[in-house]
Amino acid sequence: MMLSFCGGKHLSSYKQLTKDKPIKDFPLPKQVVLPLIQHIGAPAEVLVKVGDLVKTGTKIAEAKKLISSPVHSSISGTVSKIVDAPHPVLGKCKSIYIDSDGLDTFDPAIVKRNNYANLSKDELLAIIKSAGIVGLGGAAFPTCVKLNPPCPIDSFIINAVECEPYLNCDFRLMLERTEDILQGILLVKRILNVDNVFIGIEADKPQAIAVMRTAVRKLNLAIDVVSLKTKYPQGAEKQLIKAVLGREVPSGKLPFDAGVVVNNVATILSVYDAVALSKPLYERVITVTGKALKEPANLKVRIGTKFKEIIAYCHVGTKPVSKIIMGGPMMGLAQFTDDLPVIKGTSGILLLAEDEGCEFEQQPCIRCGRCVDVCPMRLLPYALSLCAQKRSFDLARAYNPFDCIECGLCTYVCPANRKIVEQIKLTKIVLK
Amino acid sequence: MKNDQKICLTVNCAPHIHTQESVAKIMWTVFFCLIPAGIVSIYIFGWACLWIMLTAVLSAGFTEYLSCVLQKKKSTLADGSAFLTGLLLAYNLPPHSPLWMVFLGSFVAILFGKVLFGGLGSNIFNPALVGRVFLVVSFPALMTHWPKPFSVDAVTAPTPLAIFKDGFSGTNVLADLSVNSYSYLDLFLGFRGGCIGEVCIIALLSGALYLLVKGYISWHIPVSFIGTVAIFSWIFAGGTFFRGDFIFHLLCGGLILGAFFMATDYVTGPMTKKGKLIFGVGCGLITSVIRLWGGYPEGVSFSILIMNAAAPLIDRFTMPKVFGKLK
Repeated sequence: MMLSFCGGKHLSSYKQLTKDKPIKDFPLPKQVVLPLIQHIGAPAEVLVKVGDLVKTGTKIAEAKKLISSPVHSSISGTVSKIVDAPHPVLGKCKSIYIDSDGLDTFDPAIVKRNNYANLSKDELLAIIKSAGIVGLGGAAFPTCVKLNPPCPIDSFIINAVECEPYLNCDFRLMLERTEDILQGILLVKRILNVDNVFIGIEADKPQAIAVMRTAVRKLNLAIDVVSLKTKYPQGAEKQLIKAVLGREVPSGKLPFDAGVVVNNVATILSVYDAVALSKPLYERVITVTGKALKEPANLKVRIGTKFKEIIAYCHVGTKPVSKIIMGGPMMGLAQFTDDLPVIKGTSGILLLAEDEGCEFEQQPCIRCGRCVDVCPMRLLPYALSLCAQKRSFDLARAYNPFDCIECGLCTYVCPANRKIVEQIKLTKIVLK
Repeated sequence: MKNDQKICLTVNCAPHIHTQESVAKIMWTVFFCLIPAGIVSIYIFGWACLWIMLTAVLSAGFTEYLSCVLQKKKSTLADGSAFLTGLLLAYNLPPHSPLWMVFLGSFVAILFGKVLFGGLGSNIFNPALVGRVFLVVSFPALMTHWPKPFSVDAVTAPTPLAIFKDGFSGTNVLADLSVNSYSYLDLFLGFRGGCIGEVCIIALLSGALYLLVKGYISWHIPVSFIGTVAIFSWIFAGGTFFRGDFIFHLLCGGLILGAFFMATDYVTGPMTKKGKLIFGVGCGLITSVIRLWGGYPEGVSFSILIMNAAAPLIDRFTMPKVFGKLK
């Protein structure tokens, strides 16, 4: 029996579109747009003014609150304006525009650190905070906060599952920067002071499992590379913990309540970059994909690069694009424009052609139970959906809407095309 | 995408991909999985079966359409559920049922079994069985008129279950007949008196197998239903305990049709696996009790209808434990 959780479903992965494409550097953009909120928590506060000259990696906005994250310039050039701009998650957000000088001069603070093995836990956390590192899996929670849990923990899991269809950025990083990832893991392990370290990878990525295992053996590390059943949402934090450790995170609680910290593999790599190279988080790897594109790719892009430049770089095919999605197809956000910046939490840009859309007419629930079978939280999604449809939100409370992780699987499997997860999200907003 | 080019983007909630499954696909798949049993029935009982099936299917569709028109709703014919109800009703009728009765049954099944509850998804009872039971209690003579297989001149013969009941209850009206006159092979192939769609076990099983393999139905209800009937009749249906001929009881009556195609109806059954097992055991118990000691030789329809009524309760008591909840 392969490790997994109950519920879930194996989905068509569409990963072959970019699976074998090595990470390419995206050309330097002429302008970047850097929103002050790219994370969960308080907005960063602006440190620059219009006309200032900045270098690549210069901190341009500082985290003044505990749960917040600073922003760094991702190119060298001039601050041209600080205004509200379209934001892929929030719709609109105050953002710093920087016009490139085309030189990409690095901030003098970015130098290789040779003595990082001797840094203390607090020094490491300070570096991570000041580098603006947030969870790169999508949620974008400030990493320094996550790595400083309020209660003792015993296990650390690296989330390298990447269960969203289409996305390959984590997979490519594991193949191309294997040892750096392991160094990053060792750093975080030191911060957390735990013995049990696991890397969770889905079984449909045997290449990644093999390279990670080989590297672990070569460096003689006590890290367990765990092969997990290929099933969505295996990469959801709670489901991953259940699969690897057999523990259920208590309802309404966070992973550290179960004694675990989970970090995405790309986040770990950015920790390594921040500590060993003193490089703040100003670029990331994203998967740009979809059958609507002629040349889907895995790209290393500067944060703040516009979607439309990236899409143009990958060449739209002949079919008209009907959807631009930030993230994967199951939980990603459909965008209303392509004039948006890549932010820290952007794991991919997915373009769907017209014939791939799934706008169907909602039919009555036939109680087939497919949603109940697949729900990874063991909820009754159909019941929540019916309550929301009848606007009986109080009734919905009995069906635990707040335990829903919004993975979207119930909506995916529903033969009556019911917008179940949308209705649950609505229920949560109404009941809050 | 160039700047000057207008783009029209769809913005909606995730997920942005969807399974190929649809309500219509499910209904039509079940419909086609029932077809083999219908074809065999034409072979066994003659062309009358075809006219009954056509009448039932078309009048169910007609009733559905009519009710949509009267409710000023968009027609729901395309989801195929009405046609499936019609076919299932036909399968639950004797081979020489008059067509006016078939029409009436379909009409009642759709109107009282489904539309009045609010349409597909809202009905409590299996519509086809509502239609059948309505006919059984309204026209008992016509509904127990069983032609002999392969007879041209409408010779009638009691069903094997009726013969069994006669002997089991000691009435001995049919004392000259014996259940032993049917070999298991006859029963398996359907060479016996009975309803149109219930007789040919092998045809039903082949359709059911497809549904199981493709995941349209789960094994829980059929296995627990049939298993319960088998155990119960093994214990009680013989002269002494544990001597019952359970294979006979599995192959006779509408058990296979009911267990695979009617008790598994999504709308009127429970949704969790545990609930389905309870539902199946309940159906099996009621079926067996009616067969052995009830007023009818066959109890599959009644058992499913009774358990339909219990389904919401079963759902309530088998709510899965939420991930991470201690309770």
